[in-house]
Amino acid sequence: MQKSMKRYLPIFVLPTLLAFAIGFIIPFGMGLWLSLCEFTTVTDAKFVGLANYVKALQDTVFLHSFWYTALFAVVSLVVINVFAFLLALALTQSMRGTNLFRTVFFMPNLIGGIVLGYIWQLIFNGILAPYGKALALNEWYGFVGLVILVAWQQIGYMMIIYIAGLQSIPGDIMEAASIDGAGSLYRLFKITIPMMMPSITICTFLSITNGFKLFDQNLSLTAGEPSKMSEMMALNIYNTFFGRTGWEGVGQAKAVLFFILVVCIGLIQLRITRSKEVQQ
Amino acid sequence: MKKRILAAAMSTALTLGLFAGCSSAPSSAAGSTAASGTQSTAASTTASAGDGKVFYLNFKPEQDAQWQELAKLYTEETGVPVTVKTAASGQYETTLKADMAKSEAPTLFQVNGPVGLAAWKDYCYDLSDSAIAGELSSNDFALMNGDEMAGIGYVIETYGIIYNKALLEQAGYTADDIKSFDDLKKVAEDITARKDELGFSAFTSAGMDGSSDWRFKTHLANMPIYYEYQADGINSTDAIKGTYLDNYRQIWDLYINNATCEPGLLSTKTGDDAVAEFITEQAVFYQNGTWAYADVAELGDENLGMLPIYIGVEGEEKQGLCTGTENYWCVNKNASEADIQATLDFMYWCVTSETGTKAMCGGEGAMPSGNAGMGFVIPFKGNLESTNPLVNIANQYVADGYTPVSWNFSTMPSEEWKNGVGSALTTYAADQSDANWDAVKTAFVDGWATEAAAAKA
Repeated sequence: MQKSMKRYLPIFVLPTLLAFAIGFIIPFGMGLWLSLCEFTTVTDAKFVGLANYVKALQDTVFLHSFWYTALFAVVSLVVINVFAFLLALALTQSMRGTNLFRTVFFMPNLIGGIVLGYIWQLIFNGILAPYGKALALNEWYGFVGLVILVAWQQIGYMMIIYIAGLQSIPGDIMEAASIDGAGSLYRLFKITIPMMMPSITICTFLSITNGFKLFDQNLSLTAGEPSKMSEMMALNIYNTFFGRTGWEGVGQAKAVLFFILVVCIGLIQLRITRSKEVQQ
Repeated sequence: MKKRILAAAMSTALTLGLFAGCSSAPSSAAGSTAASGTQSTAASTTASAGDGKVFYLNFKPEQDAQWQELAKLYTEETGVPVTVKTAASGQYETTLKADMAKSEAPTLFQVNGPVGLAAWKDYCYDLSDSAIAGELSSNDFALMNGDEMAGIGYVIETYGIIYNKALLEQAGYTADDIKSFDDLKKVAEDITARKDELGFSAFTSAGMDGSSDWRFKTHLANMPIYYEYQADGINSTDAIKGTYLDNYRQIWDLYINNATCEPGLLSTKTGDDAVAEFITEQAVFYQNGTWAYADVAELGDENLGMLPIYIGVEGEEKQGLCTGTENYWCVNKNASEADIQATLDFMYWCVTSETGTKAMCGGEGAMPSGNAGMGFVIPFKGNLESTNPLVNIANQYVADGYTPVSWNFSTMPSEEWKNGVGSALTTYAADQSDANWDAVKTAFVDGWATEAAAAKA
């Protein structure tokens, strides 16, 4: 069995590997190379060394977008996961219509980010208009708007993961705990949450990386207004690459920095939450 | 053995499937980048041996339908496949940058003037000896890169303040009452004061949404730049002084405080909003150009007029409308020789053949299909009399001895600069304090220097 597995390995791996190479490894390698080049179109580039990285790090707008994005990622992480968890708890109680509620809460996740962004832009501007304000006038309006939008979109998705986690907790442990006299809050913090750590790991990982990588919602909701103050990192990279002549390489360098950052944060977060996981 | 063959067959099938997916990539990738634009190939019917083909990346969304039709006609007539793809409003540079990197790159594309040319000069074929260069009515419309003719302007356009004659009369004025900024201010503020009684406002909303903000951060900003260039006797600079920025503020104040909506809401107003307000007679004035005729035509030709944009500079009684071009055709040097030749032939056909010139210059019913033509004024010998009343108004101004204002916004250092000014204008509109105007000044003057330096670096 082992032997035949080995023999057929290349045959079965090859197609996927090819797809992975075409769709990921080659563009990634090209991206790394281009971040060291000056170019107008990606097919003819001139090597310039680290100049792009110097420019990228000197760009104050990029640094602002970093702090803005980091803050957003943290806030959205907390908001999404707290609400998703509470919803999951509520919808695993025995009550009527839980399936209907689950479906309804999950549905926003099926709508694309651009569409959501424009719809919420109308809603927010509609609310702000009577006060003579608009989303594009203040970066913190944009910030709150983005948090609401992303929470609305992603809570349902995380909720489904949490529900699956909750349902996998064996009933006998809970029963034993309540017989021993543990109250419901005590049970939540000492049994449910520790048993749920694998789900929490996944959900926090997804929401923090989504927070950093947020692009289309940002583009359609605020487009970086006012004066790029609500521009997050992904949008900043896009605007640098496509919006400024001669800055394509700098955009690429920013993208590489961004990649390293997201990987580091993702790994740190995984390590922290993993260490809290318990064996069932 | 049997098993092994089966396995090999299955993996081949998988791999083939993969390549099948890839082989159609050029077209599907193009389709996806054009998600908000349109693309169609008129090549499907051609049987002729494909010597060369034309791929035109069009800048003007408002003329997309006409170009598609023209491309199809050309293909039927000559058998040369012509693909026209139109970038969505404000997305031209992005689309061009992405498409140029593909193996099927555009053979015919556009730059907006000297600044646009700086980015694309390595891709521009020298048009000096081409047949179409010989058709130019004046060499002023050629975009030169040293001795090479890198681009050819293909449309001359004019903008100003379009107004509704009937409404203006209803308010008790005629165009003859408006000969300077002070007159315009008096009229606009009088209309605002009697807004409830009249039932309309002076200006349409100066929307700062991406679909409309170019009217102010680019076209209106041309006015102070024009006067500064005039005063200094130059036609381009790396360091703008902002001599006429107070005038820019005056006109901007007038636009935003006498409009259909509160100044704080401008960031949410779109180009369509302004058009809607204008044609439903909610406002008298609408800053835009000859290209917008199709949008406002339903008010009736006799009702449409166009005024120069007065900003309160000395001697502006003789100032005319703003006329120029920011649309230069460039041919991709890196395309195959056959494609370059096919592209040159197509361009030549567009500006010389009866169908081509009629489609480009004509108005109502000028397309063979009976649809409206593009209504352009083209800087070629084959130019036809325009049926666009706005164009005729512009010509009348020149004939009456008014000095046309040139389009200097093609010397603006970058898109980045325009966006900076636009954002500052939006912020200022919501809170018209001196501090916020200083931010506009900073974006205008310092931003210019920074961006000009960045472009040179």
